[in-house]
Amino acid sequence: MIEVEDLHVRFAETHAVKGVSFSVPQGGSFGIVGESGSGKSTVLRVISGLNPNWSGRIAIGGDEVGPKRSKSFFRRVQMVFQDPYGSLHPRQTADRALSEPLLVHGIGDIEGRILRALGEVALPESVRFRYPHQLSGGQRQRLAIARALMAEPEVLLLDEPTSALDVSIQAEVLNLLADLQQRRGLTYMLVSHNLAVVAHLCPLVGVMQHGEMVEQITTAELRAGRTCHPHTAELRALSVELEDPEEALGGVE
Amino acid sequence: MLVEIDNLRISFATPNGISEAVRGVSLTLGQEKLGVVGESGSGKSLTARAILKLLPGGAMMSADRLSFDGIDVLAASEREMRGIRGRRAGLILQDPKYSLNPVMPVGRQIAEAWRLHKGRAASRRNAEQAAIDLLDQVRIRNPARVARAYPHELSGGMGQRVMIAMMLAPDPELLIADEPTSALDATVQAEILRLIEDLVARRGMGLILISHDLPLISHFCDRVMVMYAGRVLERLPAGELARARHAYTRGLLDCLPSLIHPRERLATLARDPAWLTA
Repeated sequence: MIEVEDLHVRFAETHAVKGVSFSVPQGGSFGIVGESGSGKSTVLRVISGLNPNWSGRIAIGGDEVGPKRSKSFFRRVQMVFQDPYGSLHPRQTADRALSEPLLVHGIGDIEGRILRALGEVALPESVRFRYPHQLSGGQRQRLAIARALMAEPEVLLLDEPTSALDVSIQAEVLNLLADLQQRRGLTYMLVSHNLAVVAHLCPLVGVMQHGEMVEQITTAELRAGRTCHPHTAELRALSVELEDPEEALGGVE
Repeated sequence: MLVEIDNLRISFATPNGISEAVRGVSLTLGQEKLGVVGESGSGKSLTARAILKLLPGGAMMSADRLSFDGIDVLAASEREMRGIRGRRAGLILQDPKYSLNPVMPVGRQIAEAWRLHKGRAASRRNAEQAAIDLLDQVRIRNPARVARAYPHELSGGMGQRVMIAMMLAPDPELLIADEPTSALDATVQAEILRLIEDLVARRGMGLILISHDLPLISHFCDRVMVMYAGRVLERLPAGELARARHAYTRGLLDCLPSLIHPRERLATLARDPAWLTA
């Protein structure tokens, strides 16, 4: 569904992404982990069309895309950001946020679709005419996900979708994302600094460091500790150490 | 005891009446590391800030006892509090970007903090040298160069080290760290926490570490206090977190995605209304 080949991104003097290639099958999930400045979010922004300065090859569903995207592209690909407070218009109600994608793409049955969308992300109908500041953090992120799904995209790009949430709310949002994927056959790309979150949702993980994808590893290999690159091993060790100090000391296998 | 709190209550007036944010919290702290865990809105930050009397405007506070090293914080004047804040008790916040002066080199900011607490006798040159020493203590590789840098020229981890250096300048007895590493990468987070741990042990300080991250807290603290809706639900030695009894604490642990123990579906927290009054 998503094919990326030899992607390079340069900002002024910085070479932010240095020849990254990967592909994501339809209905699959691909995760990217890395630290700040590793280029993981830049890759996602390039695919979403938010960053036009890149070279390489990107294809979505077999169609190659250029720096400028067509309207039909944004029907197929949608993005969800870390902070829904920043991505939702503060003076638009949930109703307005949800109806706008429908108006842009000329989709009918607005009333019915909004009610179904709220139901699908488990938001009560009472939030429909509320503003973002009247919602809790978890509700805002559900609204952002509902909005991204309004135009019935095939691909959802998720940039740290749960990093700003409490762990109990994070679990609810991750479960919701898993349900939506199963129900709609969505293709996911998930970027996060949290290895456990990425591994939970994605069977394949790309590890980025200094603009390079240093390793692509299946979640099963990652869990078992069969890493190839030292940076992957380091990120894994830090994650395991916090989870289970005894296991980290004993080593795995 | 460094800090003694008995039945602390903090409330705010809202259009719909009084809203209680902290409801009868008690704790004592010596030269040890206490972790305070809870979700947003649990009152964990307010509780810690009450010790410094640094509450948002409009907050109403009462307590049967609230003392810092024997000083009655409730009765203390602003002047007395200024003698405690920064000097005897330091506060480290989540994002150094908002705590540092953006138009002053960080070395001068640390030197200023140092001179303020050493009195007028301290010369400018001594203060500059002290700032560089402090930057060295928080393991910045090229302290003289970093001292001349402005906050925007530093990475998040570096900025947080500068904040810690600044808080250490007056040799405080208590350090309150409110989500000090939430904005940092995992590798940097571990380094900063080890640094805090090491400094606390070496200088014999008391530490209150506030975080929403249960595993992290239990890893770095001696004792853990779990807060929910303004109350303490459970207290336990950090090493016994796995044996936590309260359903809320268990729930917080169970809803975490795990790398080693994968689960098809994450457990979600079923909030029991009884937790509000228990």
